Parts: sequence; C-alpha cells; structure tokens
Amino acid sequence: MRELIQELVETYGPSGAEEQIRDRIRAQVEPLVDEIRVDALGSLIAHKGGGGQRVLLDAHMDEIGVMVTYIDEKGFARFTSIGGVSPLTCIGSRVAFEDGEIGVIGVEQKRDDADKVPKLEQLYIDVGATGRDDCPVRVGDPAVFVRPFTVRGSRLVAKAMDDRIGCAVLIETLRRLEETPHDLYVVFAVQEEVGLRGARTSAYRIEPDVAIAVDVTGTGDTPEAKPMAVKLGEGPAVKVQDRGMIAHPKVRRLLVERAEEAGIPYQLEVLERGTTDAAAMQLVRSGVPAGCLSVPCRYVHSPSEMVEESDVENSVRLLLEVLQRPL
Amino acid sequence: MTMILRELSNAFGVSGNEDDVRSILLEAVRDHVDEVKIDAMGNVLAVKRGSGEDRMRVMLAAHMDEVGLMIVGHDEDGFLKVRAVGGIDARLLPGSSFAVGPDRISGVIGVKPIHLLESGEADKVTKIEDLVMDVGAKGKDEAQKLVPLGTYATFDTRFQELGSTVTGKAFDDRAGCAVLVELLRGQPFSFDLHAAFTVQEEVGLRGAQVAAFGIDPDCAFALEGTIADEVPKEKDVSPTTELGKGPAITVMDRSFIADRRLVRLLIDTAEERGIPYQIKQPGKGGTDAGAIHLTREGVPSATVAVPSRYIHSPVALLRLDDFENTVRLMRDSLLRLTRDTLK
Repeated sequence: MRELIQELVETYGPSGAEEQIRDRIRAQVEPLVDEIRVDALGSLIAHKGGGGQRVLLDAHMDEIGVMVTYIDEKGFARFTSIGGVSPLTCIGSRVAFEDGEIGVIGVEQKRDDADKVPKLEQLYIDVGATGRDDCPVRVGDPAVFVRPFTVRGSRLVAKAMDDRIGCAVLIETLRRLEETPHDLYVVFAVQEEVGLRGARTSAYRIEPDVAIAVDVTGTGDTPEAKPMAVKLGEGPAVKVQDRGMIAHPKVRRLLVERAEEAGIPYQLEVLERGTTDAAAMQLVRSGVPAGCLSVPCRYVHSPSEMVEESDVENSVRLLLEVLQRPL
Repeated sequence: MTMILRELSNAFGVSGNEDDVRSILLEAVRDHVDEVKIDAMGNVLAVKRGSGEDRMRVMLAAHMDEVGLMIVGHDEDGFLKVRAVGGIDARLLPGSSFAVGPDRISGVIGVKPIHLLESGEADKVTKIEDLVMDVGAKGKDEAQKLVPLGTYATFDTRFQELGSTVTGKAFDDRAGCAVLVELLRGQPFSFDLHAAFTVQEEVGLRGAQVAAFGIDPDCAFALEGTIADEVPKEKDVSPTTELGKGPAITVMDRSFIADRRLVRLLIDTAEERGIPYQIKQPGKGGTDAGAIHLTREGVPSATVAVPSRYIHSPVALLRLDDFENTVRLMRDSLLRLTRDTLK
C-alpha cells in the first residue's frame, strides 16, 4: 500500500484542479468496480454491487494550495490560499504548478511587525523570473506544496495526506472487497478544502441510505498539543462530532460494533476545529445518516503530514467489516 | 445600449424590494423570449429557446437587487434609525441623500457640522447604528406616518454620462442585468438559454439558489458588475480589476472556483476574437455562481463581470467599452458552447 500512498500524495491536485489526481485514482479504481463516472463538478464516482442499501463512502481528492493573484514588475508572484494555508508553513516552502513549474516562497523583509507571523499578502512566490515578461506563471494559476513522501519507521510523512490517505484507504478497501450485500458508491470528491462542495453535489445525485467520509483528523499526542484524545497508532478514529456535524449515532455505533467484533483497535474522536465531507452529505435532500472514519494525522495542513501505517491498515480492515455484511 | 443601463441604474431595488427593476426587465425582454415567469422568491425567469437539435440548458444569471438601507426605528424628534441591507460602507453615509420608500421621498443622513467637532472626532467613522436619517419630520408621529418601520431607502443619485464613461448607482449588478438583456435581444443560441434575473444576492445569494434549483441547468454563467480598484496605491500590488481592460473572468473567489472548461472557453474566445479580457484577482468577492454551482447534483459555473469603480456606493463608474466587450465576449463564447465543451 505504500506505493499507492506515495503515488497519490505526490500527484498534483489542488481544489478546483483535480484532473491529474482524478486520472491516477481512476486508473486504480476502474478495474475494481462495475461502473465509474465523473460528475458535474468533477468528482469521481465508482459503483459496485446493486442490491441492498445504498452506502456512500467518500474521500476527497483535492489538497490545499495557493493561487497566483498578481505578477509584479520584477516577476514575483503574489498569491492567495486555496483552503486553509498558514503563512507559517509557507515561508521557505516550494510550490509546484500544474505544468511542473517550481517556485519558492519568500517573505517581505521590511515589515512593521517583523516579529509577528506575516500575512499571506506579505509573502510572494519566486519562480526565477527577472520580470513580468519572462514569468512562466499567470494570474489564476494554482500550485501545491512540494514535499517528497518519506517513511520513518512505521510513520508515513508527506504533503496531502489530507486526504489522499483517505483515497488510498478506499482504493485498498475496494481491492480487498470481494462481495458486498450493499449498493456501494465510492466517491472521490472535489473541492472539500474550500467548503465541502463536491461531496454535497455528489451525495445529492446518489441519494444514499448511509454516508461515511474517510478523512484525517488531528491528534493530541505532540509536545504542548491542545488536549485531544486521539493518538497516532491507536487505531482509526470513529467521529463523534466536530465543528460541522454530530455523527449519526447509528453510524457511530455501526463502526464501533464492527471494530469490537473483529478486534480492530479504534478510538473515539471529538474534533474542536474543522470538519469533513460528512457534514455536507448529512444535510443533502431530506437528510442522510452520516458519520466519519478518521485516520489520525499530525501536522494537518502542513507540507509534512504524518500518519501511522497500522492506523491506515486498520481503517481498511474496519471498512471491510462494514461492507461485507448487511448494516 | 446605455438606455437600458440608465433605466436599470436609476430604478429602486434594494434586496427584498426589487419590484421596480423587475417591471423594467419584464418589459425589456418580453418580446425577445419564448417564456417568462416570476418564481416564488421573485426571480424573473425567462427562456429563449435554442435553434439547435441539442437542447442543453444554459443558465445566465444577473441579480436585480442592490445594497441600500432599511428604516428600523423612529426617535422622539422625528429622526429615523437605519440599518444596512447588504454591504454598505459606513464611511459613505454621512451627508449623503437617499430616496425613501415607494414614493421616493427625500431623506438625508445627518452629519455634525465641522465647526462643532471635538479634537480627534473627525478621524473616526460613525457606525451605521449611530447615524440618523432626516426626512424633515417634526416628531415621532409624523416620521412614522411618512416612513413606516421596514421602509427601504436607496442612494438618490441619477445615471450620468461622462463621455465614454458612465456613473450611477447599482452597477452591481444592473450592469450584469443589462448585459443579459442585450444577449436576450440577440439571435437565439443552439441551446435553450435560461435567463434568471435574481433577487437578494447582496444578502446571501438567496434568489439564485432557488432559481438554479428550478432551472436545473447543465452549466451556468453569473454576469456581474465587479470591483475595479486601480486607484493609486503605495506598493506594486494587484488591482482586483481595471477599467478599460475588458470583461473580468473569475477563476476563484470566496464563493466558488470557476469551472476550468468554461474559463478556457471564455479565454480562447477572447483571444481568437481579439476581445480584451482580464482575470479578476483570485480570492475577492462572491457572486450568484457560488449558490448556483452547488445546486442539486452540481452545475459547472463561471462568472464574467463588467469592471466598475466604487461599487456599493452612490457613484459607481464604468466604461462603456468594457460593457460592450462583456456582451461580445459572452455572445461569442455562447455561440461556441456545446456539450463537448463540458466533456
């Protein structure tokens, strides 16, 4: 699975420009399902089975990034964020544009408040240009952070674990899933990082009986972390609630019961910041019982997001327990 | 072309009270469309049937409403308390005049004479809640009779031509409405054109949300009058858009990320036809496309806007060549739009 994870995290795919990552995922998923299509906003929808209840599993394909807002006379590019990007993680970072063009992020030196965290407006991308005329990027071009995939012991580190690790979990689940009594839809959604947009419209079309998002969540196991019960290596986290949703108690119970029956480690998650596609799917049409299975992840929304390999494996095992039997 | 823009700009249409604008638009498009109706929220929905075999449904939206004020209270001396409807900058208000209520009676926002200001007072902006409107009433009873609670007020400025530039209120989004009227007055396209003149954009994209649900389009374009801010700046930083550089195409704003296939269509068309265009600075503002693209199972959407200085003020200003180029860019792009564009 490491190879798959590496391929997914290193592929370009900021919100709104998911074509490359969608093609990679499609190549992996197409042989494993009965039907596959791309919906109006660009989400990839895979369908398997036919009978039983309509189960929707979702992971988002998009990643955070930046977008060029202006090229100045000397060829420096100003930018805004795509999704939640902290200026702290930007300085000194490299970004890659869709065509592979690379830029480095610098910060204005003359700032009145030089001892404070700078604003995004005080940063710029240097693509090596000497002026407007030889600047290879244009206003409106999106870029993603560059950081190679690396393994430290049982920990996997990369950009875009949020939420390519969810995509990897769903692909691996489909690989191992032989039969399912459900009418299974697996959605690789666009534009989660800018407002849960793809999942909402995909879920509208599918009209599921139950929906589960697979995404990353924060942890409380780092130095001076804010209190949070989730730790790396203690198993996938079953969402109780976050800022955008309260998980449907039946979905929560389903995940907990299947984990306990199969002896799969799990943790319960209450996230005080952030939310997932499940929050949008829950409110579609006349309402959908929705929940979320989270892969614990340190340094979320930095270019070095860290997950524990056993949590990834146990996420796949738990989803298989859910999918192989009636709900 | 300026006739319809003039008429629309001068019309009264604060969010939730769009009747005057609606009447003008109904009159303007009636003879050029196959169907027209008003939906439950007050949107004007018109259909211009296509000439082609493939009857794709393409939605074009422009909002009828404008920012303004609402009267929310009367005091003993006959002054009116007001609140903003939509995004109004409190700096604009002291000393400005308003047309109040259906009879458009005159009201002014009072301001303390400069002779009486204490030191430091002139540097502060008075909050809208602390301002009062004066309609000349002599006491609470008269004020209540003249201007009941809930009455709307709009900037009392008239459209004027300054050579090839025009100024007036509400170019956001009567400029978009005028572009849409021009498109409806032209020849039919191959697809069915669903025009939506929407209500309540300025208070949260509300009309567009239900209009798009009803139309259920295959793709959509929001037509706007957007921020031009190439006013003098200290640093070499981005203007949102600039006057005279053609229609502004949105790539990403706070409400949505534009569909890349539609943006490509617009840019290719502009470049091939030699129509000037600009990319609106990403990340600023939001339009009806934000609501439309999330409708039902999703709608590929884009936004094209006429750049306008000083929007949300009584003295918006735009250039007629930008307006005409916006109509050209939309017409030429729509002539090339097929289902294959979205493949």
